[in-house]
Amino acid sequence: MSDRLKVFLVDDHGMFRAGVRAELGAHVDVVGEAATVAQAISLVGATEPDVVLLDVHMPDGGGRAVLDAIRKTHPQVRFLALSVSDAAEDVIGLIRAGARGYVTKTISPDDLVDAIRRVADGDAVFSPRLAGFVLDAFAARPDAAVADPELDQLTNREREVLRLLARGYAYKEIAKELFISIKTVETHVSNVLRKLQMSNRYELSRWAADRRLL
Amino acid sequence: MPDTAAPPPRPRLTRSRDDRLVAGVASGIAAHLGASPTLIRVGFVLLAIFNGLGVLLYAVFWAVLPLADAPSARREPLKLLPFVVGGIGLIVAASLLNTQEPGSMIAGWLVALIAIGAGIIWHQSQRASTPAASTPATSWLSVLASSRDRRVYFARFIGGAALIGAGIIGLLVVYSPGRVEMHWSDLWKALIFALVAVAGVVLVAAPLLFRTLTALRSEREGRIREQERAELAAMVHDQVLHTLALIQRNAADADTVQRLARGQERSLRNWLYQPTGSPNEHFAAALEQAAAEIEDTYGLAVETVVVGDRPVDERVAALVAAAREAMVNAARHSGVRTISLYAEAEPGQLSVFVRDRGVGFDIETVEDMRHGVRGSIIGRMSRHGGEAEIRSAPGEGTEVRLSLPVTAAKEEASHE
Repeated sequence: MSDRLKVFLVDDHGMFRAGVRAELGAHVDVVGEAATVAQAISLVGATEPDVVLLDVHMPDGGGRAVLDAIRKTHPQVRFLALSVSDAAEDVIGLIRAGARGYVTKTISPDDLVDAIRRVADGDAVFSPRLAGFVLDAFAARPDAAVADPELDQLTNREREVLRLLARGYAYKEIAKELFISIKTVETHVSNVLRKLQMSNRYELSRWAADRRLL
Repeated sequence: MPDTAAPPPRPRLTRSRDDRLVAGVASGIAAHLGASPTLIRVGFVLLAIFNGLGVLLYAVFWAVLPLADAPSARREPLKLLPFVVGGIGLIVAASLLNTQEPGSMIAGWLVALIAIGAGIIWHQSQRASTPAASTPATSWLSVLASSRDRRVYFARFIGGAALIGAGIIGLLVVYSPGRVEMHWSDLWKALIFALVAVAGVVLVAAPLLFRTLTALRSEREGRIREQERAELAAMVHDQVLHTLALIQRNAADADTVQRLARGQERSLRNWLYQPTGSPNEHFAAALEQAAAEIEDTYGLAVETVVVGDRPVDERVAALVAAAREAMVNAARHSGVRTISLYAEAEPGQLSVFVRDRGVGFDIETVEDMRHGVRGSIIGRMSRHGGEAEIRSAPGEGTEVRLSLPVTAAKEEASHE
């Protein structure tokens, strides 16, 4: 990639920011970092990065507050949520607020660079655990009321792709396994992301409501 | 006559919860005396003739006797009917016989009315002042419940106050000097005076009462916070500090440090996000426990994703054991630091996938591998009606796929 991506780090742990900066330095331009919500909102506006790496848990509203503020003024900025939390409601809440992906902080540097590129390209990034949550939330339950089949249900193909993601397959491996192109895999994952953001399925609202995220 | 001073072997004098027509007084006394509840009830009804003595006694017993510990049952209003009808009949008959002194008849009844009103308020405030071992609100539902309780509380309080007020006014009417000329206008005046007096007292006492209530509430919240902090401090002390000390002592040994850190992380996670349940009862919890054991034993990371859940039975336990064996193989032979474990509980089938991106092997040529795999994975699965498939090639990692058909009837809701 000749044109280096501009990446901005938002995390209240200085040590973690330094570590990520060192890991990413060779592959992308880290144009700035912020330790607080207010700092992030003003600096992201000034630096106009391609991708913001966003910590879920921070004082003063967390990643959610940053997302809400910046998406109003800079809709072109893309967000990748980064967290130590694997709690469903945190992750789903941030995705529904507009983040294009979620990875855990234990992710390897190569995978992180990969995820950043994917998010910058407008694709979605699901960690295995997020894929598991989505499968769980969209499980075909007989009692689940489906208001909008287009948004509230996953297609079989999307389900297959999510299962492979949850099993630890990379996009390339999924493509090979399902005999489809990587581009098609990306399309499926993006569709799932869209459903996750737009659907009003009961399970999703409940997760969000449990933590007052919506 | 009910006798309160009883020899010890008899059951304690309490109000019965399971066998009650009004408040369980009669059957409580009956249990205490070893008599029939109906007999006691008839006694109360008969005593009611004498200026409402039965009702007064009942109200007093009700106010004084503690509730039994038994679970409460619904009242059966139909059973109460004969006593009410009988009581009213007797009272009407008695008042017909006793015409010259109606006032003395009424006085007992009015006192009983006041006693009942006071009893209602008394019981309510007792309940409010001794809350059940206060656990911090677990969900929004409990808030709802408590606000409903509050409404019931106020309704009863007002009901009780109305009874007392009616009783007092009645007594005033009956015993006021020169009651022959008592008029309704006088009664109203008395009532308004009483209300004004009460309003005055309320006006004076309200701020004080409010402040006391607020202080009580904030003290209770403070206590809950304090309790949470103590719990957190204990956890940090018992686990995190020990782990950090161990890490410092083993700083040279990267594997040990990793293992310690991972174990601690898992335990903190469980503490923060609540475990999914007992490993002996839940498929998801059993798998997570197996993965945790592999992490601890072999010092690698198992990325575990479980979708859905179901109760553990013998076959599910076999599936978990096979999955564990697959993880052991991956940990021992793959040469990688991370393996993926994915499991899904669908209504008709359980599936488990154990995958590593390690060295892989040719399943036909590795004799040792074939033996372990055949016995503990493939054999175990087929014995329980399931299937195991192993996909591997040198340099491409390994994936073990296990599936077990299950009956949909035992499917539990995958949440909770």
